[in-house]
Amino acid sequence: MDPLSWGEIILRVLAQFTPVWISLVLLFVVSMLFKRRLGLYGKLFDSVIGMIGFALVMFWVFTGIYGAFDLIVTHDPLSQISAMKNKPPGTPVPGAAEEGLYPYYLFGGDNLARDVFSRMIKGSWVVVQIAPLATLFAFMVGITLGLPAGYFGGRLDTFLSFLANLILAFPVILLFYLLVTPEIVATGIPNYMATFLFIFPIVFAAVLLNSRYHTRPRLRTPLLIGVLGVLGWLYLSLISEVGSKVHVIPGFADLFDVPSGILVVFVSVVFVNSPTVFRIVRGLAMDIKTRDYVAAAQTRGEGTWYIMLWEILPNARGPLIVDFCLRIGYTTILLGTLGFFGLGLPPESPDWGTTINDGRRLLQIYLHPAIVPALSLLSLVLGLNLLADGLREESLKD
Amino acid sequence: MGLFILRRSGIMIITALCLTFIVFFLTNLYPNLEKLAKTQGNFRMSEEEVASWLDNRGYTQPLLTKYGQWLGVLPGYVIESDSGDVRGKCIRDGIAPEEAPTYCGILQGDWGYSTVFQESAGEIIGTRLGLTGKLMFWVMVLMVPSALILGVLAGMREGSRTDRALSTVAITTTATPEYVSGVILIAVFASSAVGLKWFKGTATSAMESANFENFFLPVLTIALYGMGYIARMTRASMAEVMTAQYIRTARLKGVSFPNIVVKHALRNALIAPFTVIMLQFPWLLNGVVIVETLFNYKGFGWTLVQAAGNNDIELLLGVSVVSVIVVLVTQLISDIGYVYLNPRISVS
Repeated sequence: MDPLSWGEIILRVLAQFTPVWISLVLLFVVSMLFKRRLGLYGKLFDSVIGMIGFALVMFWVFTGIYGAFDLIVTHDPLSQISAMKNKPPGTPVPGAAEEGLYPYYLFGGDNLARDVFSRMIKGSWVVVQIAPLATLFAFMVGITLGLPAGYFGGRLDTFLSFLANLILAFPVILLFYLLVTPEIVATGIPNYMATFLFIFPIVFAAVLLNSRYHTRPRLRTPLLIGVLGVLGWLYLSLISEVGSKVHVIPGFADLFDVPSGILVVFVSVVFVNSPTVFRIVRGLAMDIKTRDYVAAAQTRGEGTWYIMLWEILPNARGPLIVDFCLRIGYTTILLGTLGFFGLGLPPESPDWGTTINDGRRLLQIYLHPAIVPALSLLSLVLGLNLLADGLREESLKD
Repeated sequence: MGLFILRRSGIMIITALCLTFIVFFLTNLYPNLEKLAKTQGNFRMSEEEVASWLDNRGYTQPLLTKYGQWLGVLPGYVIESDSGDVRGKCIRDGIAPEEAPTYCGILQGDWGYSTVFQESAGEIIGTRLGLTGKLMFWVMVLMVPSALILGVLAGMREGSRTDRALSTVAITTTATPEYVSGVILIAVFASSAVGLKWFKGTATSAMESANFENFFLPVLTIALYGMGYIARMTRASMAEVMTAQYIRTARLKGVSFPNIVVKHALRNALIAPFTVIMLQFPWLLNGVVIVETLFNYKGFGWTLVQAAGNNDIELLLGVSVVSVIVVLVTQLISDIGYVYLNPRISVS
């Protein structure tokens, strides 16, 4: 068989992405039809930049999800076909027909003769899984600590700000090198940090619900028990791991196992991101607490946590949503950095940072193994930045 | 003002102490020490051999004692091993044990000894910092003017086509981390596959003699990432200034547009970017680590990776002291500069 020409490669790649195109078109048509009823999300479709960004982001989200179900990938991301080592894009796979494999390596083979295209798809799943969730956790930590720091000020603020500046003064890569090594994992420090950091969402949910409904105990008590029960179980399954340092619940009650490498990466990314979120939330809280509606709530005799979570926080949502998008992009960059230095994730992991690191050694001769994940990462982060820009523009309009 | 600087310096010292203690704690955890012993001694050491190796070199003392010795507030250890040779923190090759000083810590100007490079840590940091300083200087030369020009051009007519185009460029560069832009730049300009071969893909030779061919790509890679951010800040502040009353007055008086931009708007628009540029230093430090690894330029960032990868405790501590000081000093300068540039704000 002859190698594919560039036109054929593009056509085949586009065809391979068919489920993603269908989902994107469906999503956009539905959103456009109902955009007046969808609030800020709907308004996003008034701005071209926002729409481009959203399309890029959703492209990778769909790719990641379908890739996880083996829909788009053409080959197994770990299997090696020795004849395909460092072959250029569009090279036919020898003997593919007999073994029922996809007949081409669309984006070529890497240094270990694995399919670059499939690894790119699988790599997007790593990012789509970790980045938004890690950012969400960082926001929970930042909000739970930042609101009281900004609202009360004084000693508490001085202390928390000092801690935040302390972490921010650390060079990120040094921190990663100190936290994400097998030796440190063996001491269990990341597990203890996870135990500490992951408790914040529970605290946040508890205070949020309690401050709102504490006047109605008959609604509040069952609600709190239900929510905290579910969250608590998730929390325990997340942090507890049979055979690691933190092992609190027996294996059969453990809902899911997070591989320790992923957990360490997750914890360190949350740890690095939360001080910045803390500073943003603190600044917003200091600004908003001087508004009239906060004074009105204080005169009404509302509790301090009610004011913080139900008066200040909703009014700070605009900048926070924008920052959330930007921060997912930044988290993606951080994940790539970790992969680039070979920290945390296993060496055969298909995530983009690791693949770029593998590919860069032979970059002078073979471009495709490093360029493909590099451009993927670039497009995802660019999409998130454009989305944030569109959201900022639209939220400023009213 | 004096009091402000004094207070900030105090906070700076406390922060540096806390940070170095954290680094000290993490690098001195037993699994890390075990790894150090095995890489320095040999990989097939038994548990007891590792323990005695560490004992002989003072690694098993209490954490606070070791930290005090590193700081120079406690006398350095002197340990006589079973075979009779004397080891001490302050005893180096060429110095007799009797003549060695009692205190040798950071306060005495002794940065300790690097186990990876077999050299004094202070010397390594000095030479490496010099190399990185050269890199940073050219990054600044390239980044700051181009970012400011980009921002001012985009911000002077908000919403125009130039603005849209330049803003897109700025967003794209902020979305491109160094390891992505570096890989793309090498692929396009230095690889034999594309065939342009305008520049070199490594900057190792730039350590002795830097020229355009071997130094431009690393400089450009770092500059690109920071440039977009500064340009966007400049654009925002320029756009804000251009809507101010005094600009409208100047227009109504009939001052020409270039004159308005250069004489009236520019000075006020550059206050915000100044602080941003100063606060970019810590981020640039990250970029430096990535770019020096990617281009194999053996500067400060490369040293950080080597020290961290091999658990070289004293070198790592030295590196963190320097980077913490860089971060905190730039924060201080940015605060002070902000006050000087903007008379409406006072620190007290």
